[in-house]
Amino acid sequence: MITISDLTLSFDSDRGRTIVLKDFHLDIADGEFVSIVGASGVGKSTLLRVVAGLVKPTSGTVERDNPEQPGRRPYAMVFQDARLLPWRRVVKNVEFGLEGLGLTAEEKRRRATGALALVGLAEKADRWPHQLSGGQRQRVAIARALAVDPDLLMMDEPFGALDAITRQSLQDELVDLWQRTGKTILFVTHDIEEAVYLADRVVLLAGSPAGVRSADRITTPRPRRRDDEAARDAAAQIRDRLHEYVEQGEGI
Amino acid sequence: MKKANKARPLLLAITGVVLFLALWEALPRFGLVKPMLLPPPSDIPATFWREVQSGAWLSAVQESLKHYVTGLVLGSFLGVALGVLTGMSRTLEDMTNWVVRLLRPIPGLAWVPFAIIWFGVSPAAANFIIIIGVFWINYFAALGAVQAVDRDLIELANAFGHRSPVARLFKVVLPASIQPIMSGLRTGLGQAWMAVVAAELFGVSGLGQRMMQASSLLATDIVVVYMITMAVLYGIVDTSFVLVRDRLLAWKA
Repeated sequence: MITISDLTLSFDSDRGRTIVLKDFHLDIADGEFVSIVGASGVGKSTLLRVVAGLVKPTSGTVERDNPEQPGRRPYAMVFQDARLLPWRRVVKNVEFGLEGLGLTAEEKRRRATGALALVGLAEKADRWPHQLSGGQRQRVAIARALAVDPDLLMMDEPFGALDAITRQSLQDELVDLWQRTGKTILFVTHDIEEAVYLADRVVLLAGSPAGVRSADRITTPRPRRRDDEAARDAAAQIRDRLHEYVEQGEGI
Repeated sequence: MKKANKARPLLLAITGVVLFLALWEALPRFGLVKPMLLPPPSDIPATFWREVQSGAWLSAVQESLKHYVTGLVLGSFLGVALGVLTGMSRTLEDMTNWVVRLLRPIPGLAWVPFAIIWFGVSPAAANFIIIIGVFWINYFAALGAVQAVDRDLIELANAFGHRSPVARLFKVVLPASIQPIMSGLRTGLGQAWMAVVAAELFGVSGLGQRMMQASSLLATDIVVVYMITMAVLYGIVDTSFVLVRDRLLAWKA
């Protein structure tokens, strides 16, 4: 279980204090798939960065009830751009997060190869990043995150830069990976259909400062279909709500 | 058609060299320039052979290479190390800002008086001048390279647990800035030769000193021998450097 409590983030600039997030609260159960949706610029990515410890919150805490374990990292990130290191071969990119954990070279290689196999890229291990397609690069980024065996896998619009066909197949692969690994996932997107298709719960982030406006449980049984009617209704409701906030001058 | 196109640049290059040598040969041969002022290229091999047999050539080359390598290695290392350090630390950058502005415009040669006062006419003086000549190029190349490292890659390192300055340096900063740093090093390779000659013109033994001696005797053919020697040495060093660099940057494809 991961508990995000009373998270507030503000920063000071010439124009005074800007409060990005205020009193954000979210409990995520182990193995749960949570999506966060919201208008662009509302603070979704910032929220992920705070949870990941990349940005220090002004107040509030992020707590896990899992103890620290050797050879693992508590959090892992997948960014919108795959963000591979161009000077490392694919397998060395996947090993990136494993370095500094006190693992032997064989252990690192074994786990990196395993993670690559999970995303179906085992045979690309010795390629350079520039030799891969956009979708393959993003799968390597997912493998890199899975390799550290995190309690929480955070994804920041990971499929936003991909073409529609690649995006759909990666969405299906992600659901499959999630079901096989049992990872807890926090998935940020601005695409409400994507959120509803993937997640157990869809959290709407809106307002300025941003806070949780609604959290819908998506009960559609898996495997899901993209044209499922209940899901479409849920997406429509969330979108209506989002539009309300935007029209109130809150969301953008 | 294709074949002709491939051979063409090579053919033109050879033609260029031949024309250049012919013109050079013609000027003194037809009395347009005094041979003493411009020795014809056909005289050079014999002069070269005489220099080799007397032992002057080998000892001059050895001396100069010693200065060159010592000065180049120390100057490059100091330049890159301080440039990288300054690029990674805002405090250090702000602190050195004005010192750098003060020292930077002083040309390497302006340090010759101090070099001689501090070290005398000695190899150490030559090394010192070469170090200064190479230092700034590498310092600014490394500083600029480190400051231009993609912030997103730093964030990536943070996200995957590489948060200490040392981890950041070796996992991301150095590999990401290796290419511009290499360009700085390569510029330094040429700059260091200039500094070698400059330093030796003041009497430290080596190619420069031998050239100075020869020119005071109006033995211009000997001067040309050492000019060519320097060009060839530089060519060898630069070519080897490019080979090593291309291996290091294999991921660039």
